[in-house]
Amino acid sequence: MSKDKKEKRNLLAIEKPLEDLYQKLEDLKKLAEAGKMELTEEVRQMEKRIEAKRKDLFTNLTPIQTVQIARHLYRPTTLDYIGYIFEDFVELHGDRNFSDDPALVSGLAKLAGRSVVVLGQQKGKSTKENIARNFGMANPEGYRKALRVMRIAERYGRPIISFIDTPGAYCGIGAEERGQAEAIAKNLREMAELTVPFISIVTGEGGSGGALGIGMGNRVLMLEFAIYSVISPEGCASILFRDAKRANDAAVAMKITAKDLLELGIIDDIIKEPAGAAHNNPEQAAVNIKNALINNLEPLLTLSHRELIADRYNKFRKMGIFEEG
Amino acid sequence: MTSTLSIHNWFKKKQAEKEVLGRERLDIPGGLWVKCYKCGQALFSKDLESNLKVCPKCNYHFKLTSTERIAQLADEKSFKEINANIRSKDFLGFNDAKPYAKRIKDSITKAKLNDAIVTGLGKICDLPCALGIMDFSFMGGSMGSVVGEKVTRLIEEAIVKKCPVIIFSASGGARMQEGIMSLMQMAKTSAALGRLRENSLPFISVLTDPTTGGTTASFAMLGDINLAEPGALICFAGPRVIEQTIRQKLPPGFQRAEYLLDHGMIDCVINRKDLKETLVKILRWFNNVQR
Repeated sequence: MSKDKKEKRNLLAIEKPLEDLYQKLEDLKKLAEAGKMELTEEVRQMEKRIEAKRKDLFTNLTPIQTVQIARHLYRPTTLDYIGYIFEDFVELHGDRNFSDDPALVSGLAKLAGRSVVVLGQQKGKSTKENIARNFGMANPEGYRKALRVMRIAERYGRPIISFIDTPGAYCGIGAEERGQAEAIAKNLREMAELTVPFISIVTGEGGSGGALGIGMGNRVLMLEFAIYSVISPEGCASILFRDAKRANDAAVAMKITAKDLLELGIIDDIIKEPAGAAHNNPEQAAVNIKNALINNLEPLLTLSHRELIADRYNKFRKMGIFEEG
Repeated sequence: MTSTLSIHNWFKKKQAEKEVLGRERLDIPGGLWVKCYKCGQALFSKDLESNLKVCPKCNYHFKLTSTERIAQLADEKSFKEINANIRSKDFLGFNDAKPYAKRIKDSITKAKLNDAIVTGLGKICDLPCALGIMDFSFMGGSMGSVVGEKVTRLIEEAIVKKCPVIIFSASGGARMQEGIMSLMQMAKTSAALGRLRENSLPFISVLTDPTTGGTTASFAMLGDINLAEPGALICFAGPRVIEQTIRQKLPPGFQRAEYLLDHGMIDCVINRKDLKETLVKILRWFNNVQR
């Protein structure tokens, strides 16, 4: 697939103003090829214009536009990132109790030569894939598998890296019967006590308890156009505003973008996305993530078990805003 | 799969939902007579009170306020509230039907509480314990920064005092008006329970009607021992959300305490009249093994 073709397929509503420019660029290129005209300068100019326009479009996104990007069907998934960032990945399956949850992947891998454990929710890139992956909504067995591999990391003193990209933990009859709430709650308690460095990255949708259920890293990072919220903007709108169409208002009110969450002290850093967001250049997005991972892991590697636990505990202990007295 | 989505049924369902909601909201009115929400039996309110607010005919457990719960369980005058003066703050400037700031103020007046949980130290049959009692009458028992902070401080206090923690949960889940900060209370309270466990101190979770969402998916499910009152709705996602997601009828008794017992999620379902006695037995058991 040529790069141009890919770009066209990936256009979001907010990217529509670019459509014209892409067309012009393509025409220029065709013209240059057919007539053997010297248009290199024109092509370069047009590419520059596209770049500028794209930058402009992505600088002042509304929260709900960010939501669209975060949920983009072509947004790189956890397995994409694992492929780009790590070496020698061996996927580990199953919670050893009930089944294997395809909505949450995990495994052994090397990060710049260092043994680590990686895990994260896995969305699909087509309807068929999404059905197989349950749209990245994990069942209790997914959370229990996550905890199982975290324990392996802990046993051998290896860092843990979690990728968060989920609309939320699955809500279905089976999920309830097998203890979705208990699975998440237990993960929260156990993650707080892990004796190894742990970094979580919100790469797409950080959907509520389903996201937090693998998200208690010593460092919590977020891609520039990812979102993280207690409930989906649509859910919040239909419950509090009594109108699902007011999702935009809900998205604004809840403060769900990386910038907002950095200000609130929920995340530690924002990872820049390439021009036109991660789906336009997954390789570059992966490079940015890899650099962020290495930089953030470095200082954690010098901490003792007790310091790592204290670091994590204090991080979450501080969260909450209230009045006293 | 049942196809229940005809327009006709949809209206019927809406109406049925309305009726249920109407009844739930009333809870116990000030009148002399109360109609049981479940069986419809007319009950003399004095009788209902003396029966611990349980319907003598059908065993329906009415919701209790935190004050009532303390009065039923703690030794007289033993309960000393802590952190009573922490209040919610509208730090997002959140405005849905009503500004959150106003909602907090109105709830304080209406529920005569500062937030959705009362915490403190008390004794049950002379056994000291740290008690947290959530109150559904304050914004549906939703967990925001205040509930999270009070639960966490209660656990920390129990570690200092070396006593067990008992929390009665009743909660609609995370408080959306506090956005992501309400989600983080799940992490904070669960981490604190980890510390309690490190200190070999027990946590007894008593799940009452209803315990849902972020509260269930954090401290409420983390008891060394999880008890529940009969008929209590206990879930991660509420029944309506699930019905909308899977478009199937839910099995009878789904997400009720007895159903969770059958599925291995709680240790016992305890009638309110036996609750104190059971708690005392459990506390005595733990007391014996501690140092």
